[in-house]
Amino acid sequence: MKSLKNHLSLIIALFTVLASVQIYVAVDRTIAAYESHLKNDYSVIVVTSELINPGEFKAMNSMIDRSEPISTAQVLERLKGEMSQKNLDLLKLTLPKFYRLYLNRFPTPREISQLQKKLESNSAIERVEGFSQTHDTVYKLMLLFKDVVQIFSIAIAAVTSLLILKEMRLWQFQHAERMNIMALFGAPVWLRSAVLFRLAIVDAIIATLILCLAFFLIDYYGYLTMQLKEIGISVQLFNFVDDAVRSLIIALGVSVALTFTIVLFHREEE
Amino acid sequence: MDNVIIAENLSLSYKEFETIISKATFSIEAGSFVFITGASGSGKSTLLKSFYGAIEPRQGQLMVGGVKMNHISTSKLNFLRRHIGIVFQDYKLIKEWTIEKNVMLPLIISGYTGDVSGAQVQKLLGHVKLTHQAGKYPQELSGGEQQRVAMARALAHNPILILADEPTGNLDDYSSSVIWNLLEGANTQLKTTVIVVTHHIPEGLRIPYKHYHIEFGTINEIA
Ligand SMILES: Nc1ncnc2c1ncn2[C@@H]1O[C@H](COP(=O)(O)OP(=O)(O)O)[C@@H](O)[C@H]1O
Ligand SMILES: [Mg+2]
Repeated sequence: MKSLKNHLSLIIALFTVLASVQIYVAVDRTIAAYESHLKNDYSVIVVTSELINPGEFKAMNSMIDRSEPISTAQVLERLKGEMSQKNLDLLKLTLPKFYRLYLNRFPTPREISQLQKKLESNSAIERVEGFSQTHDTVYKLMLLFKDVVQIFSIAIAAVTSLLILKEMRLWQFQHAERMNIMALFGAPVWLRSAVLFRLAIVDAIIATLILCLAFFLIDYYGYLTMQLKEIGISVQLFNFVDDAVRSLIIALGVSVALTFTIVLFHREEE
Repeated sequence: MDNVIIAENLSLSYKEFETIISKATFSIEAGSFVFITGASGSGKSTLLKSFYGAIEPRQGQLMVGGVKMNHISTSKLNFLRRHIGIVFQDYKLIKEWTIEKNVMLPLIISGYTGDVSGAQVQKLLGHVKLTHQAGKYPQELSGGEQQRVAMARALAHNPILILADEPTGNLDDYSSSVIWNLLEGANTQLKTTVIVVTHHIPEGLRIPYKHYHIEFGTINEIA
């Protein structure tokens, strides 16, 4: 019973570390999904004096994914009755060209102003509208949230590591007698500490399994995912292969590394 | 014949300006049977500890099994200990392990597995008359039985040297006789060097032995 309690506290501590990392990853993934959603809606309008083909636009800045000319036919159509065909043709020639530029990712405000400057430096381009002030508030909130989660995760990782160290010192105390006896018969350190490592590895695996289960349930019951769908984000909060492997590596890394510190700083007696 | 232990001006102490054993010079021949006696607190256990490297010489030289014990490295000490069998006054059995596994400890440490060690353990449990207790845990056994387990463990890896610290100190006659028989047997049949700390040298021993007595920090051989 007592050993079960010891296991539980290590498992919970490891789970907490894994969960905070997983939440960070999920937030990051959500933001990436939201960015691609924003990207599709976002475009820069450019007014030029000459025709510029998509290749030329792309050459101007690597962020530019594609360009679409905005048709002026509608405007001209409306003027049809009021002007002679000759004047209309003349107007058609002098009327500036309008383009809508789509980017390959959602830009930061800084990137928008850089892009704008770059485009304006081209003599054929007369005006650029980057709509930087329409930068989404939800997006800004998300970025803020990501920072908060990041700080939060780091704090949790630090505190839990201390807890785990304390827990392992307790283990070591419990196993000290056996480890000393083994030492008296010439067992090398790794053999004496094998029990500790075995416990650390087993608990890391259990913590990973619990994490996978928890996030599987969150994904399965889909409340969060649905909420996100409503604001146009389709995202997988838990990716079974990547996330499970990463979690297992982190859990094993943390618990084995802490066991190592415990074993290395152990003073022998007798 | 080689000497298993060579001490030259050996001084032992726990603290810097204290002396438990003072400038002792002696040697113990391989294959001999040695008794060490002395009053309580005279330093018998301390001397034994120096033989298995639990305390380093404060001054002088100590060689055990050809290995210099002054500033011995951990790996050398581990190697040496894998060739020594120790019997402690307080048994020092691993309480989470069965009797069988306790006896197997030195074999596990030396990397023996499976049938070889299984057979060896069965043989030893037979020698200490505990075959029927193999699956039990140390707490389920009497003190005498636990010490017999410790005796079997000390013999499991066919050590070149057996160190026993008051092995029959507070045991019943039956357990004591089992232990003396095994120590004698190891010495006569396997030529194992045996060093025993004791209060009383048992009567009726059939083997030649040496006797050292510790008093006021000096070690004297008693003829
Ligand atoms: N771990 C230790 N630390 C400090 N002093 C010790 C320690 N063990 C024993 N002593 C002291 O060393 C002296 C000799 O002890 P010990 O070798 O155990 O005697 P014996 O086995 O002959 O009864 C005693 O005075 C004892 O108090
Ligand atoms: Mg003693």
